[in-house]
Amino acid sequence: MLHFVFKRIAMAVPTLLIMAVTVFVLIRLIPGDPAALMLGDLATPASLADLHERLGLDQSLPVQFGIWFGNMLHGDLGISITSNQPVLPLVLDRFWISARVVLIAVLLASLFAVPAGMIAAWRQNTGTDLFLVGTATLLYSIPTFWLGLLLLLFLGLQLNWLPVVGYVSFSEDPGAALLYIVMPVMTLFLHEMGVLIRMSRASTLEVLRLDYITHARAKGLSESAVLWRHAFKNAFGPTWTLIGLVLGNLLGGIAVVETVFTIPGLGRLLVDAIFARDYPVIQGCLLFVAFVYVAVNLVVDLLYPLFDPRVTAE
Amino acid sequence: MTDIVSSGALLDVEALSLSVAATGTEVVRGVSFAVAPGEIVGIVGESGSGKTLAVRSIMALQPPAIRRTAGTIRFEGRDLAGLSAKELRDLRGGRIGMVFQEPMTSLNPSMTIGRQLEEGLAVHQRTLSADGRRALVLDMLRRVGIADPDGALAAYPHQFSGGMRQRIMLASVMLLQPALLIADEPTTALDAVVQRDVLELMVGLTRAHGTAVLMISHDLSMVARYTDRIIVMRRGEIVEQGRSDELLRAPQHPYTRALLSAMPRRLPARPIPPAATPIIEVRDLVVEYGGRRGLFRKEAGKRALHGLSLSIMPREVVALVGGSGSGKTTLGRAIAGLLPSSGGTIRYAGRPIGAGGPGWAVYRRNCQMVFQDPYSSLDPRMTIGALVGEALRTVPAMGRGEKADRVAEVLSEVGLAGPFADRYPHELSGGQRQRVAIARAVVRRPAFVIADEPVSALDVTVRAQVLELFADLQARHGFSCLFISHDLGVVEQIADRVVVMQDGRIVEQGDRDTVFDHPSHAYTRRLLSAIPALAPTGEGGVRLKWRFDDVAPEPVPS
Repeated sequence: MLHFVFKRIAMAVPTLLIMAVTVFVLIRLIPGDPAALMLGDLATPASLADLHERLGLDQSLPVQFGIWFGNMLHGDLGISITSNQPVLPLVLDRFWISARVVLIAVLLASLFAVPAGMIAAWRQNTGTDLFLVGTATLLYSIPTFWLGLLLLLFLGLQLNWLPVVGYVSFSEDPGAALLYIVMPVMTLFLHEMGVLIRMSRASTLEVLRLDYITHARAKGLSESAVLWRHAFKNAFGPTWTLIGLVLGNLLGGIAVVETVFTIPGLGRLLVDAIFARDYPVIQGCLLFVAFVYVAVNLVVDLLYPLFDPRVTAE
Repeated sequence: MTDIVSSGALLDVEALSLSVAATGTEVVRGVSFAVAPGEIVGIVGESGSGKTLAVRSIMALQPPAIRRTAGTIRFEGRDLAGLSAKELRDLRGGRIGMVFQEPMTSLNPSMTIGRQLEEGLAVHQRTLSADGRRALVLDMLRRVGIADPDGALAAYPHQFSGGMRQRIMLASVMLLQPALLIADEPTTALDAVVQRDVLELMVGLTRAHGTAVLMISHDLSMVARYTDRIIVMRRGEIVEQGRSDELLRAPQHPYTRALLSAMPRRLPARPIPPAATPIIEVRDLVVEYGGRRGLFRKEAGKRALHGLSLSIMPREVVALVGGSGSGKTTLGRAIAGLLPSSGGTIRYAGRPIGAGGPGWAVYRRNCQMVFQDPYSSLDPRMTIGALVGEALRTVPAMGRGEKADRVAEVLSEVGLAGPFADRYPHELSGGQRQRVAIARAVVRRPAFVIADEPVSALDVTVRAQVLELFADLQARHGFSCLFISHDLGVVEQIADRVVVMQDGRIVEQGDRDTVFDHPSHAYTRRLLSAIPALAPTGEGGVRLKWRFDDVAPEPVPS
């Protein structure tokens, strides 16, 4: 088990290395100069050269990379060019804001979608199935920003139930913080629920066809025992993998939803940094996103044997 | 049949019809039969004959798309149509048990054996304590021959072999002491020796409890061996039923006769012209599996073949037989160059083959393969013509027209002339697909063909036709063949020489008559005596024939 974890983490190292190089090179391929952006209209060749030297942008690319990479190995992702804050704490702060929304949304979506998909499969080709599949298709077909805007319009502006824009952190006022994240969570929840219902239904259909389900029925078990005791664990595997992928994707950035609801999350940080050509922040964000993705999928893989004893962690 | 009904049949099915609900197509038409208490009844028929649907509908376990449109099913005098869901559940498992074909999918992979066995008892014998259930489960596991019943309770199905799983399956069903056991192809997925053991166990257990058995099978010799009565089904109807011995000795219906005459039988030995060099010569072949190179360590491989030597002469058909896991398929794949060998040499026409070597390209052009499953071995997006023609793409000397002519010629040789070339695999039946697979293998006129279980997935009558086609092509074009099969009847019909494998080693090889009539190795004898053959009586009927009268028939334990 420990060996497996160690091996998986070691295998992530090349991924992160390639990611680091790619991020570094790609950003510098985008036209634009952070120094010119910072100085704006006031730029003179002299002040520009001066700022370049202060930011280290006068060095050659390999040297820049070497410095950045060396510092990164010490846990130092650099200092933001625009805000002068250290990148790592900045990224972590913003990440927790996004992560809270994403984790709650995905947890709720899984809790609803997995049973819903199983029931749809169990009642295949009936009205129930049609309703659930139809709802799922509708939900994941609506783009998240549009869904977010609709929620803002109805729950915020028309009904006045929830605050429309802004964000309050939990440490300031937990009650208000909760009110502010209801709509972003709901947006993601509805969208991902659609995706997960489809998956849960498809994998349950696959399992219900197998002989051990008929065998369970032939033993005289009730339908609920057949479904929950026999089908659930076996059908959950593929959905679990998908939950991992969804989680990895969303944790990596929900910039669109954050923009709609003006949440200062990781996605917003990244978008702002790109506009400002804030190289250290962009690099830090992207590398962190890659790390989170690898970590989430590692956890998903490690938990897989809980559902399928044929898969061992060795 | 009426006499059985009046004498109190356990199960009485009358004029049963089943239809596909959506289209109204009848899949079972007016089927009537009865099973007396303690009786063993076999239902035989080819795929699509409706045998499985008819039998599953007894427990109302047919797929939801299938509806019962007519007829009654009575069990212990009660009409099953009138049962409530609760009464039906009490009947399922409690009075009627069911064993499935595929031991790999009939036990829940994510639940321990102990829980799976116990839950039936918990439903049907509510008064029993947990300790009482456990004691019964342990006793039953011991009776089905599980060496470590305590360990098995906490184990998962994937930790057992196919034969062991089928024993556990039997234990799970017989634990509830049903009055009727429905066995749907219970041993089809097992190899001969294991098949015999599991069947003997099933018959022994059901005799001991007075349980009647309704057994579906396409294996006539097995049905002949174990059943009291046989029901023959075709296209949703019963064409004939009667006492097993009478029905086999003097079949009345033409379809039954066709079925019986399609059983493979031994033909006179063929003379093989002597040749100086064998077409294939394998020396001390070793194949190892696994052997993964991890990031940090090198794992040792598992040796699948332990230094095998074998040669195949021009025009010769060599059959490779053995149980599952004996290395038959591995050997075939290694000879085909699809698996790297870890030691030994393979020569084709005297020249060593080795990837990239001078003999390699010639060998690859001259060695072709036919696979077992005609459904997955043909690319579903290519037409039959394209599938067969593809093999000619690497023949530089042939012009476009010449290639088209060759494809047409080969397709007509396999009986698929004309419009078939433009069709797709899904438009063809299993037998037709296997003909395409054979056409694809022989289109380049190879000197050597490897056929891996080419007829195991086919029905009895189709199998006979495909075997005939294969023998005909082989005689006409004179290719040598390595014929891998677990079906000894087929091997007896088609092989010139037989090679017997066990645990990655060749235990015996020799010409067919010697191996079949005077086997020298104990394993060969066990294999041959596991399942009886059916020999024609000359009146259109057959009789059971044991291969060695001295070792069989063992009395069925009661």
